[in-house]
Amino acid sequence: MASPTGKSFGSRFGVHIAVLVFVVIWTVPTLGILVSSLRDKDQIIASGWWNSFASSSQTEAGRLPAASAQAQKDGKYVIEGNIFGDGAKRNISAFGVKSAAPTQYPAGSTADLGDGVTLQMNADGGFVLSSPNVFEGERGQRVYYASSAPPKFTTDNYRTVLFSEGIGRSFMNSLTVTIPSTVIPILIAAFAAYALAWMRFPGRALLIAVIIGLLVVPLQMSLIPLLKLYNGVGAFFGVPSKTYLGIWLAHTGFGLPFAIYLLRSYIAGLPREIMESARIDGASDFEIFVKIVLPLSFPVLASFAIFQFLWVWNDLLVAMVFLGTEGDQIVLTAKLNALLGSRGGDWEILTTSAFVTIIVPLIVFFSLQRYFVRGLLAGSVKGG
Amino acid sequence: MAAQIFSAIFVIIVGVGGCVAYFWGANKLLDTIFPSRGVKGGTAIDNLRRQGMIRPWLFVGPALIILTIYLIYPVVETLRLSFLDRGGGNFVGFANYEWAFGDREFRNSILNNIMWLAVAPAACTFLGLIIAVLTDKIWWGTIAKSLIFLPLAISFVGASVIWKFIYEYRGEGQTQIGLLNAVIQYFGGQPQVWISLPFWNDFFLMIILIWIQTGFAMVILSSALRGIPEETLEAAVIDGANPFQIFWKIMVPQIWGTIAVVWTTITILVLKVFDIVLTMTNGQWNSQVLANLMFDWMFRGGGDFGRGATIAIIIMVAVIPIMVWNIRQANKETGGH
Repeated sequence: MASPTGKSFGSRFGVHIAVLVFVVIWTVPTLGILVSSLRDKDQIIASGWWNSFASSSQTEAGRLPAASAQAQKDGKYVIEGNIFGDGAKRNISAFGVKSAAPTQYPAGSTADLGDGVTLQMNADGGFVLSSPNVFEGERGQRVYYASSAPPKFTTDNYRTVLFSEGIGRSFMNSLTVTIPSTVIPILIAAFAAYALAWMRFPGRALLIAVIIGLLVVPLQMSLIPLLKLYNGVGAFFGVPSKTYLGIWLAHTGFGLPFAIYLLRSYIAGLPREIMESARIDGASDFEIFVKIVLPLSFPVLASFAIFQFLWVWNDLLVAMVFLGTEGDQIVLTAKLNALLGSRGGDWEILTTSAFVTIIVPLIVFFSLQRYFVRGLLAGSVKGG
Repeated sequence: MAAQIFSAIFVIIVGVGGCVAYFWGANKLLDTIFPSRGVKGGTAIDNLRRQGMIRPWLFVGPALIILTIYLIYPVVETLRLSFLDRGGGNFVGFANYEWAFGDREFRNSILNNIMWLAVAPAACTFLGLIIAVLTDKIWWGTIAKSLIFLPLAISFVGASVIWKFIYEYRGEGQTQIGLLNAVIQYFGGQPQVWISLPFWNDFFLMIILIWIQTGFAMVILSSALRGIPEETLEAAVIDGANPFQIFWKIMVPQIWGTIAVVWTTITILVLKVFDIVLTMTNGQWNSQVLANLMFDWMFRGGGDFGRGATIAIIIMVAVIPIMVWNIRQANKETGGH
């Protein structure tokens, strides 16, 4: 294509900058959860993920042990210990005793708290509080300190969500739902598409119009009648109404109009001569379909398969209606939605789970982008 | 878990095998009942004609049955249910529709849906077009397009988590871990709880859909732009048109049909928007939309199928004009092929 702008260096530079801005806006959100999912869970809440390669620093409040911990030493009363207790040690840069000045004293220095009371706090959290008089009271001295922890990356979050939060199980469920829901419609649609493209029979034009109409019928129209139907069938045969078989068939039904539409427009475009010469050689429609049409249609079959795979994997509505919102059989999207409710602020769980749910589509998408784009163009430039 | 894998593999084999067996078997059966080979001329022609009448229906049969059960029957049944009460037992006339238009939450949903429809498709199409034009001019355009296209593979739920993390709010003065509030605080602004801001929260939810769908618009429009004859653009450049004139007066009119298709496709998607609202706010803070309201009524208090069906019908009514337009376009293109 001729380039209308881009004559001067300035405008060319502008285009690069503009595209760069778009790319950054479109990739940073995903990068955010990827980085966060690999961070230590205490650091996720201590600093923004964009700072994850710097030491995270935070100001915290703590309380020294109460008067009962005091010991007598060199004629003074002393309380000693470590502010972090037995927990993980962090690096203290400064400390203070007033909330208005939490970092008044650098680490290692001795603070004069008045009345001869002194507090020394070291970088490792060790402190010495000493006083000429006996400490009294139930509550220990309040202290504030700024601590920093070195950047820490871990795969613990993945271990947690996969094995104890039930994401691993849901991952298997998603595969169980997605693969049959992708494979079953292909064959059914391919035969129908061939008939609609190359066979003459009364009602064909009407059928094509109906299928194009069904392309845009909102899923919502089907949910209630099918839910009633499934409940009825379940009650009649005494079987559960929320089954994988039910959702496979539902996804097949919802995917068929697009499948038939996409395959028909491709198959109708195959060269007429091939079909006719095969027919003259005595091949039946069945033979023509299996031996000529199917192999030639491979690209469009692949396109549809990717579409349907992504659509089923990413679907939440159908999964929640036909498999429910809780239990052992729910898929990844439903599980993630449930976690948003139950683990609302636990970003280490949420970001990691989210990344697990999007990794499969991303792999499929990147490895098969060519077919995906082709299907997108064929499917929407004509219909919708 | 192993049992589950086996049952899934088993189903794939049975399902695919069943399909193959049906098509092959039905075809074989037809050939056996009306043989066209190895019989006398007249009979053979008769049988061939009979085969020609029956075979198409063998091919479209399974698809037809599934479409009828999963789409055609439900459309009729939903319409019927919308005139019945919550359990579907008694006829209530237009009571459900009257309820809907008198209900505060429903009117709020309609309003929000209209806002979504006014903003999201336009934003996706416009941004998609701009990016398509810009990326066509630079050597790393393909990579840029791939990256902008990427969110299209992410589920709405996954995207909601991604953006919820961006909108995350911490009290003023604390370390913000949400990117948006961190940027605002960095520039001295006031951090906000974005998804509960009345009115504006709709836009923060729309951003998620726009983030996902812009890639779609970009790919389709980019391929349409490639279809513009090079001579047209060169002639415009020679005539001294500036880049904006070329964009608005030459490129946009040439691909107008494609823009319309992209716009309507996203419009249909927006009408059905559900996952984003459910996961981000579940309709709180006046962000309810029709699809989520319907889901809510399907299960609220044991489920009110009458009201749920009514909401579905209203979504359907909004889609019908697009449906008619689609069928007309398709008929025009295929010429009744």
